[in-house]
Amino acid sequence: MQKELIRLEHISKSFDGQMVLDDLELHIHENEFVTLLGPSGCGKTTTLRILGGFVQPDTGRVIFDNQDITKTPPNKRQLNTVFQKYALFTHMTIADNIAFGLKIKNKSKSYIDDKINYALKLVNLEGYGRRMPDSLSGGQQQRIAIARAIVNEPKVLLLDEPLGALDLKLRQEMQYELIRMKNELGITFVYVTHDQEEALTMSDTIVVMNQGYIQQIGSPESIYNEPENAFVADFIGDSNIIAATMIEDKCVEILGTRFACVDTGFGKNKPVDVVIRPEDVELVEPEKGTITGVVSHLIFKGVHYEMEVMANGFEWLVHSTVLSPVGKEVGLRVDPFNIQIMNKPESEDEEAVALEI
Amino acid sequence: MKSEKKILAAPYAVWAAIFIIVPLCMILYYGLTDKNGVFTLENILAIAAPGHARALRRSIMLSLISTIICFLLAYPLAMILSEKKKNNSSFIILIFILPMWMNFLLRTLAWQTLLEKTGVINSVLAFLGLPALRIINTSHAIVLGMVYNFLPFMVLPLYNALSKIDENVIHAAKDLGANSIQTFFRIILPLSVPGIISGITMVFVPALTTFVISTLLGGSKVLLIGNVIEQEFTQASNWHLGSGLSIVLMIFILINMVVTALFEKEES
Repeated sequence: MQKELIRLEHISKSFDGQMVLDDLELHIHENEFVTLLGPSGCGKTTTLRILGGFVQPDTGRVIFDNQDITKTPPNKRQLNTVFQKYALFTHMTIADNIAFGLKIKNKSKSYIDDKINYALKLVNLEGYGRRMPDSLSGGQQQRIAIARAIVNEPKVLLLDEPLGALDLKLRQEMQYELIRMKNELGITFVYVTHDQEEALTMSDTIVVMNQGYIQQIGSPESIYNEPENAFVADFIGDSNIIAATMIEDKCVEILGTRFACVDTGFGKNKPVDVVIRPEDVELVEPEKGTITGVVSHLIFKGVHYEMEVMANGFEWLVHSTVLSPVGKEVGLRVDPFNIQIMNKPESEDEEAVALEI
Repeated sequence: MKSEKKILAAPYAVWAAIFIIVPLCMILYYGLTDKNGVFTLENILAIAAPGHARALRRSIMLSLISTIICFLLAYPLAMILSEKKKNNSSFIILIFILPMWMNFLLRTLAWQTLLEKTGVINSVLAFLGLPALRIINTSHAIVLGMVYNFLPFMVLPLYNALSKIDENVIHAAKDLGANSIQTFFRIILPLSVPGIISGITMVFVPALTTFVISTLLGGSKVLLIGNVIEQEFTQASNWHLGSGLSIVLMIFILINMVVTALFEKEES
């Protein structure tokens, strides 16, 4: 693992008596692409603003490169931000926008010109220096916002939902662009988004947040395949979340039927939640399935069919490339390693979170 | 469809024709003719006469000073207002524009009462054993009256322009290393230029043409170009000279507007 660069210690923040962050702990390493992921109001943007210095935490410390920067104003921090709606200076040319930070630092003209050219090349907008921001498209403006930040050679780039205002196609292109830029620059990216696909595509580490708490930290694979609670499971992709009972190691009873699974150590007859991804549910002949049900809904999604199958009193969400018409009786089968067992939420607070989904 | 909509504008078009276009034509006619109806530039060139030129110079001077004072007073206020949350600022703005709902003449008359030799201010000063101030019938009183009456016209456009600046743009400047002073001069001030221009126009033009403020607070001692024109119409009954001087004043206002429009164009 790389050297630790940023440490948030016991950060709490409330606005007008409303708790936004509660005792948050987060470690960010050098050259890491960290994504703060969560629904609106989960505290991800506030966390980013605390990093940028625009919001002061009520309690806790921000450690950057072994130095406490909690009270350091934004203009003295070695990190730069790319804002959600670009926040370009509309009264300046693109070149002046990019040069802004360097002019403040009294860099020489030749140094600044070199940097402008380098940055415009990096974001694939060579020759746009004399244009005004208003004459650029949204995607181009966002690239300029990135160029304006990175010419200052920050150790960390903070990105606040930078692709939120772009259309789908452009957003996907920009995701690859961002990964490329990060690899070229070799700096840390802290990225805020509510889009789980964006998070899965780009991140080294995903921090799933909800209601001011970190729900899970992990690699995209572990977050998707091994969600720790119902909130994470539901927020990251589609899933079937079902109340179940862990009968013993490697055996779970779901809706009255026993399924083989691979998890151990939950104890005997313990109530749990299970997560089964819709693509992991196999539709087979009725007699070959672990349980049987009837297809109740069918939607064509392009890559696959999305079906809902009523079985044992639960509507199972199933993705399959093979069509099963509505009303057909089918068997459902799930491979043991595709059944993810999660502990039930412990406090009522967490329970409420889970129910809200 | 389009012609139907045009019909809706007819009442105003008639109004404008009667009360704006016709009077303008009349001023042009009177200004460019003599008593016998013969074409002449005399009425316009009369601005060069020592008394008239002095009045025009004084008008421009006092209007400029008033505009600058209004700007210096209004900008910080507008900045504070735009930074506040909407609910709070609307109350302060209400207080601020409340005097505007009172009659203009009444407000100026009130200042007369305050500033008179035996007026409220001097009474208070006398009571405190301080020497009386001689403000009424001076240029100072006129500037005071102009600033008092026209300040809201500076505050509102500035407030409008400043509150339109995205908070994140200011954050971005700080994020890029600018301190508060650099952020102000490089970002906030340039972005508020449209508000500054309309504020200056809205104060400078009425101040340049006023004759009520100078009559009430300047007595007959400090004549502005507005007073000269008014006297030509009312006392001397010389509509030709009055119209000629009006045309000169209008040209000055047009120049002002062209200059500001050019500024605005350069900005965008």
